[in-house]
Amino acid sequence: MHASLIDTIRPGGMTRRQFIKSVIAVGAVSSSGFLFSGPADAGPSTSPGTVERLITLNVNGQRRRVDVLPQETLAQTLRNKLGLTGLKVGCDRGECGSCTVLVDTVPQYACSLLTHSVRGKAILTVEGLARADGKLHPLQQGVLDEQGFQCGYCAPGFLMATLGFLATNPNPTRQELAHGVSGNLCRCQDYDKILTALMRGAENMRKE
Amino acid sequence: MAENDALFTPKLTGRDYVTPDLRAKLTGKARFAADFRAEGMLVCKLLKSPLPHARVTHLDLRAALAIPGVRAILTADELPPPADSVSDSGAVIKASPWAERALTMEPLYQGEPILAVAAIDEATANAAIEAVDIAYEALPFVIDPLDSLRPGGANARTEGNVWLPSAKPGELPQIGELKWTAAEFGAAGQNRLPLGKAADQWSYGEVEASLSQAALVLDETFVTPNVSHQALETRSALAWWENGKLHLAVGSQSTSQTVPAIAKWLNMDVNDITVISEYTGGGFGGKGTASVAAIIPALLAKKAHAPVMLRASREDEQSIGRARPSLIGRMRAGFAKDGRLLGLDMFVVMDNGPYEEQNDARTSGRITSLLYQPQAMRWRGVAVLTNTPTRGPQTAPGGLQASALLGPVLAKAARRLGLDPLAVCRINAPEGRPPVGPPKPDGSLNAATSAFVKQALDRGAATFRWQTRRSRPVPVRGSVRHGIGVATGCYVAGTVGFDGLFVITPQGRLRIHTGIGNLGTESFSDAQRVAADTLDMPWEACEIVWGNTGRHLAWSCVSGGSQTIHAMSRAALATSLDARAKLKEIAAKTLGGTPEDYVVGGQRVFRRDSGDQGLSFADAAQRAIELGGIYDGHQCPAEVNKATQAAVAALAGQGLVAVARDTFPRDGQTYSYVAAFAEVEVDIETGKYRVTDLHAEADAGIVVHPRAFAGQLAGRSMLGIGHVATQKWFYDKEHGIPMSRRFYQSRPPSILCFPEQFTWGSVGIPDPQTPIGARGIGEPPTGAACAAVLCALNDALGDDKFLRAPVMADAVLAAIEPESRQTAVGLSANV
Repeated sequence: MHASLIDTIRPGGMTRRQFIKSVIAVGAVSSSGFLFSGPADAGPSTSPGTVERLITLNVNGQRRRVDVLPQETLAQTLRNKLGLTGLKVGCDRGECGSCTVLVDTVPQYACSLLTHSVRGKAILTVEGLARADGKLHPLQQGVLDEQGFQCGYCAPGFLMATLGFLATNPNPTRQELAHGVSGNLCRCQDYDKILTALMRGAENMRKE
Repeated sequence: MAENDALFTPKLTGRDYVTPDLRAKLTGKARFAADFRAEGMLVCKLLKSPLPHARVTHLDLRAALAIPGVRAILTADELPPPADSVSDSGAVIKASPWAERALTMEPLYQGEPILAVAAIDEATANAAIEAVDIAYEALPFVIDPLDSLRPGGANARTEGNVWLPSAKPGELPQIGELKWTAAEFGAAGQNRLPLGKAADQWSYGEVEASLSQAALVLDETFVTPNVSHQALETRSALAWWENGKLHLAVGSQSTSQTVPAIAKWLNMDVNDITVISEYTGGGFGGKGTASVAAIIPALLAKKAHAPVMLRASREDEQSIGRARPSLIGRMRAGFAKDGRLLGLDMFVVMDNGPYEEQNDARTSGRITSLLYQPQAMRWRGVAVLTNTPTRGPQTAPGGLQASALLGPVLAKAARRLGLDPLAVCRINAPEGRPPVGPPKPDGSLNAATSAFVKQALDRGAATFRWQTRRSRPVPVRGSVRHGIGVATGCYVAGTVGFDGLFVITPQGRLRIHTGIGNLGTESFSDAQRVAADTLDMPWEACEIVWGNTGRHLAWSCVSGGSQTIHAMSRAALATSLDARAKLKEIAAKTLGGTPEDYVVGGQRVFRRDSGDQGLSFADAAQRAIELGGIYDGHQCPAEVNKATQAAVAALAGQGLVAVARDTFPRDGQTYSYVAAFAEVEVDIETGKYRVTDLHAEADAGIVVHPRAFAGQLAGRSMLGIGHVATQKWFYDKEHGIPMSRRFYQSRPPSILCFPEQFTWGSVGIPDPQTPIGARGIGEPPTGAACAAVLCALNDALGDDKFLRAPVMADAVLAAIEPESRQTAVGLSANV
């Protein structure tokens, strides 16, 4: 993240520091709620006075104009406002990796990234991998050929994490790739087939 | 089943292929429930109990409703009373007065939903939750089952603390009170399960006599963990109403079977409900027919006159997303010199949670009787209510616990008797048509359809090089210790009596309408390979319609308990045979002769004595439409389910409609088995360990789809290993508050936990009691792998080190240095 972006206080908005504090405060309410009469787990509250700002994002090579709240995460913007539901929200707290997207080729958890902080950066989601004519990205094709994944809920996140890792290590060993995507959780635990499929996808990419 | 062999030539069955759902999963086009959108959609948030047991004494919603953007609030008194349900055989199942409901004014665990808000966005809904004026009266609570069984122990519910069997057959089980005496607790000591009064029991053979004749009697107590399902997709549902009918896009393991479940919870007619569940982000038993929470957005949508989306947060999911119940087991096991299990006295106490009685305790007895074939056995059990999240079946419910409880006992017996643990597994393994407890009313035992576990052990041992590993010098490298383990697992793997339905279209294609759910096992597609094979259709000419009951689906089994490939491959075959009969009849009516003069192949039906004379499938489909009646679905066989009948009526006239119920015979109960072999590497300085090698060898009949089969073996093995290695419930017992609320506090194994070497195999012997020969594979790896790793840890560190699973680094260090570390005492899963 760029400090210059996230530390900018916007009218009626909040800073990154304030955002994190609000999240911590919610956690504190949740864990201490049992001590008091009242609702627990209420989640982040509406911040009175917060306003949406119309900003421009670069998503999958397209300029997208979108109204964004100061505290809005990239996962919320992509899924709820831009209709890009390929990324999933499995935990909303940076634990499972289902929401992984590439930001300037670096894998990021979209649930833990403020949308305002990625203005001017290239955002790539799973919807941006296949060509317009439907031809799959070689990584996707490798996974398809090996019948990778079971329920598929984690698949978009794994694909994006793999792409980001392959940008730094195009010819990894199986173990290196496992480390590269270890921030992503598959609850079907189909890791053997996932790794086989991703390795085949990586091989496809090297051939192209 | 020999009469069917000629009707089914596997060409596609048994081969890998690309399933029709995968491309969408990889491109982001797959729509899981939370991916649906509707015009004017509201979002829903839950207010959950902060207390483990309480009564709501004051509730004022005015301030919450006054917030701009809040459209409706749903409370427990607005829920319809749950309806009685009717089984396939027509038997009425009365609604239980103790069943979990979607909302409650007497929460029975911390995190139980009390009310729900629908608002224009999540922030507004959360603001409304905060504005609710609510007060509670705290009620007594209990977290651990043994605490509730103690004299004077708290009851989780005001009505009692245990489930008692129904007084008469056909009646509901009852909640009652059961307390054990101080003397019973005292006699057992600290780390041994007291043997108080059981709520239920059964036995066969002379158990005490068998124990008295045994060369070795072990008396072991072990605690299996509470493990949340933790599906990556949290409970999600979008509900909307059109013309008085409910449309529900919901994450559910099943499709057609979810309709009556929703109808029961909403007290509605099944004909007024459409369920959409194209993709489901993991279930593991926790979303068998969706879950009761799915009715919350349905009722809110009705109240707010707008579509409503429920997407549970991760903390919500930990509360309402189900968990496997812990079993505290005590096993008195008597062995002969050769390792044969002569007698077994098994007592289990189940941490049931607050609601419906779970079957894990009883099933653990059944699976134990089958998997280890004790010559005499007594099972006793009690399901104790606790103020902890609602339990539900999780992969191999009761089966995993059976393996975790008994697998290490067999290995310990082998060491005590100077035998190879593999040999003890083998000598006790079921074979042929093995008996299964509990006994029937006449005292005899049921039988399984088949078991080839000895073959699985032999093949697995060879692949794993068990004897080589066992006979090699114990590798010692610095602080690293090695251990190997072998164990078996088994579980129910098939049901019968469901429907298939497809249309041969005038374009000559096969359009299969299946009600099987799609949760990633690929059974919804794999089972249809049988239909294609039976009709000699290329897979490219087949299309599967699934995941939306509005698209006229056949009545299918619940996609749970690994029953689907068995149940629905039978239904697919039955339907294909119906299609073949109709094709031949249509040909005879069109071209002359009798149906017996014709054969089906190459997408044609033609005279067996003259291949030139025949009809293409396209022509036959067109002819079916002209003939009408049974041929194009205007008449439907009465024996298929009403849901299938309705689907047939909707598809009538679209082509040749084939529809049938599976009526193939089956003699015995259907189970699958796995033999697992594991090696662990333990660092005794840090307590960390890893599974370096794992082999899973299946006995699950023929393999329909190898890659999916292997995925189940690997994935479900890891699910079992999570019970040993990483997943644990922690509790603040003073306040009754769970501390494991997210992935990082009870983390499923990551990709780095996967063994360096994983191999799999399958005995591949067809099940003799089903025409395709296939059985389910999802369940049994879980217990087998869990127990194999436990055995390997014991092999590395010695017997009697661990009282409970999971075995985490602190437990390893405490086992190695008991004098310098505080070990967790007591028989609680929630340390």
